[in-house]
Amino acid sequence: MAGTITIKNGYVFDPLNEINGEIMDVFIKDGKVVRELSAAELKNAKVIDASGMTVMPGGVDSHSHVAGAKVNAGRAMRPEDHYKANLQKTSLTHSGSGYTVPSVYKQGYDYSTMGYTTVFEAAIPPLEARHTHEEMHATPLLDMGGYLVLGNNFFMMHYLREGDMEKAAAYVAWMMKTHKAYGIKCVNPAGVENWSWGKNVSSLDEANIHFEITPREIIKGLTEINEHLGMPMPVHLHANNLGHPGCYAITKDSLKISDGVKTRQDMDVEWAETKIDPSRNRSVYLSHLMFNGFAGTTWADCESGVKYVADYINNKDHVVTDSGCTPFGEATVMTGDGPAIHDLYTLTGNKWSNTDVEMECGSGVLPFTYYKSNPVHSLQWAMGLECLLLINDPWKTIMTTDSPNGGPFTKYPEIMTWLMSEAFRKQTFSECHKWANDRSTLGGINRELSLYDLAILTRANPAKTIGMAHRKGSLGVGADGDVTVYNINPQQLDANNYETLLRTFRKAEYTVKGGEVVAVKGEIVSLPEKRTYYSEVHVEDEREKEMLTDVKEWFRYYTLGFANYPTPEKYLQNPTPIQVNVVR
Amino acid sequence: MTEGVLINKKETESKLEAVIKPESFTSKSTVEMEEVTLVPKKEIDIKLEADVITPDSFAGKNSEEIGNLAVWQGPKTYPLSEFFEVTGNAGSSAAETLIRIKGDAMRVKRIGEGMSAGKIEIEGSAGMHVGTEMKGGEIVVYGDADSWAGMEMTGGLLHIKGNAGDHVGCAYRGKWHGMKGGRILIEGSARHQLGGGMDGGEILVEGNVESFCGIRQNGGLIFVKGNALRGVGAEMAGGTIVIGGKIERFSPGFEFVSMENSVKSGETELIGEFKKFTGDYAISKRAKGALYVVADANPEL
Repeated sequence: MAGTITIKNGYVFDPLNEINGEIMDVFIKDGKVVRELSAAELKNAKVIDASGMTVMPGGVDSHSHVAGAKVNAGRAMRPEDHYKANLQKTSLTHSGSGYTVPSVYKQGYDYSTMGYTTVFEAAIPPLEARHTHEEMHATPLLDMGGYLVLGNNFFMMHYLREGDMEKAAAYVAWMMKTHKAYGIKCVNPAGVENWSWGKNVSSLDEANIHFEITPREIIKGLTEINEHLGMPMPVHLHANNLGHPGCYAITKDSLKISDGVKTRQDMDVEWAETKIDPSRNRSVYLSHLMFNGFAGTTWADCESGVKYVADYINNKDHVVTDSGCTPFGEATVMTGDGPAIHDLYTLTGNKWSNTDVEMECGSGVLPFTYYKSNPVHSLQWAMGLECLLLINDPWKTIMTTDSPNGGPFTKYPEIMTWLMSEAFRKQTFSECHKWANDRSTLGGINRELSLYDLAILTRANPAKTIGMAHRKGSLGVGADGDVTVYNINPQQLDANNYETLLRTFRKAEYTVKGGEVVAVKGEIVSLPEKRTYYSEVHVEDEREKEMLTDVKEWFRYYTLGFANYPTPEKYLQNPTPIQVNVVR
Repeated sequence: MTEGVLINKKETESKLEAVIKPESFTSKSTVEMEEVTLVPKKEIDIKLEADVITPDSFAGKNSEEIGNLAVWQGPKTYPLSEFFEVTGNAGSSAAETLIRIKGDAMRVKRIGEGMSAGKIEIEGSAGMHVGTEMKGGEIVVYGDADSWAGMEMTGGLLHIKGNAGDHVGCAYRGKWHGMKGGRILIEGSARHQLGGGMDGGEILVEGNVESFCGIRQNGGLIFVKGNALRGVGAEMAGGTIVIGGKIERFSPGFEFVSMENSVKSGETELIGEFKKFTGDYAISKRAKGALYVVADANPEL
């Protein structure tokens, strides 16, 4: 029977159910976790013997750049990223190529062999939604969704300036269903619009050109709308001033804006059974803290400011953040923050792509290499790990590399191992520039994460944060049958033996998706269908009509017709709308 | 024969005294070598991806095992023996292995890719990417070499007795860093973008080059005895280029420094009357590239 399987005798780590390494069996029927299988079902079920191994829910990546125009620009401008990293076609799988920006097939296989089953695209420019969905459609083995970039959108800025929150909310709701997007992304609010004029903003209270709206007003407005609509996830914030020495201060101040905002997550879904309350309790999800965590005034005197932001997050309960770790080596930086990429261009002289997305946003792409010999890069490595080790409560952190900005997602095994092994960190300190140690606190941290912590950072918390814990990130009854089995015996785990950890994290023993074994020891063995999630947000028809009158009026400034703007459902594989804000 | 290689036989009247003799480039290996001979069996249709033709992958194998090595042709793989008659056994290591291709290999790509030691002699022309990423040992091409010869090589010697195509010793498309070490000697002429992104090593061209020789060069020495068309040293940030003939159109981002009687780069020294320029300042103001041209051949500079 397809999608029915028993995973026997493994050490199970399921933080949403507070299961910490208990030996137990996991039963999956028709793709969903069940309490048990009947004798008849057991007879036909596939069985995985996970004795002496670690069993976790399938990996969830809540912030990765995997689909859309800028990812593809990264592919197109980097033939050198592809000629050595290539994948041969098999009777089952497609060929592929690319190291930091792999082709869609390769990226699906690579995530899957590492044990990941769910990946959310971090930034969809509305105009590029079709393209993004086409790539998500073609990415195998991953359940996906993506966040709509709204922080510099003309309509949004206009409504917020006017203080017309009703229409602003109706616009967000309409945009989500029109572009089949999942949540709100806010990139360098007010700044990207200024970038159209070759400028940026440098403080939270600096009004931008023409719209005369400040970053603070945009963050506040979007947060309010987000909670008003009961969105699945908090506003996903890419703070201003990113990547500049001293930027930690504005990051911290940006987080304060959503302090005290009452969270409201109103989804009409069936929740998988969990012991911990799986609903969302954060009002802001900060992206890639490392890039937003520099202290100092110039690159000569810069140091880690992560501890200041971490202190704030430790003392408050409304923030969750992903790390944006930099594991050294090749990367391709790509973001909706055009001016930040321009700064990197002036710094490196590397080839550079910049796009202005009409009335919506912008983006930039640039190849980047993080060197162990470089003082700033070494510091960034330390800062990325500080993000995850200085914040005490793992339920406030998510492990990412902001792939491929800090490095490709295929380097996750390195990050996991650095988090678990102080010995591995010491080894890297000995190989990289002394700034890593001298200008961060990482050298003094002896915290080593457990497998349970790691399951929070890579499964439970990303799922909980983005509102997918109703079916992802746990092995509770009713959850999707997504499971990773690592060949790690927790009883014999030796964090000093980091080579073994690296090896085991790189290739999961088994990756199970929807109850079907999809990868075994680095090999793809089946290709079941995948899903794409989006938020179908409900508002009063009257509000929507009023708002659409404005949108149609302004639409003449777009280069395409209104009728061609929406992304039809046929662009999605198994489109799975999540009903939000339903009037009962 | 490289398709469309520009062979400009116009002799340059340079008064360059020091001429690097090809003999100085040949390796002085004293190791006893076992010889493997590859004789082409038939006309090759779609070009072969033959990165298995290296002393490293032949080492320790007999002729039959070598014949069974797989080469790609389009979407399929075939044994090497499908295209070549293989005779002789390889030595026990790469350094003890000599591969002789008796005939034309113009449609055989990637010969000697990544080789670390030993020798390959091609008694005809070589296809694209000959000696790509080679680390050591020696390749001699008696005919011409198609484009990308010695791409990103780090060591060893690539000796082309005929002409070479585009991108000799260059970085792969989109990459910044080309050849890092080793030497390339071309007795004929080469085409565009010779030494693009070159970080180190030496390239000597007895004949002429076309456009953008030494583009984005960061280090190493390029010495062209003949003429160059245009764009010499464009965007170069370091390293040395010496042009013994005339530069048809000089790059605008270079500044004249001085007259010099000799050029030194590593162990190589060239004697003559040179005009020395530095650049390319077209983009970076901190560029440290050195461009020498023989004074007599370029009176207008």
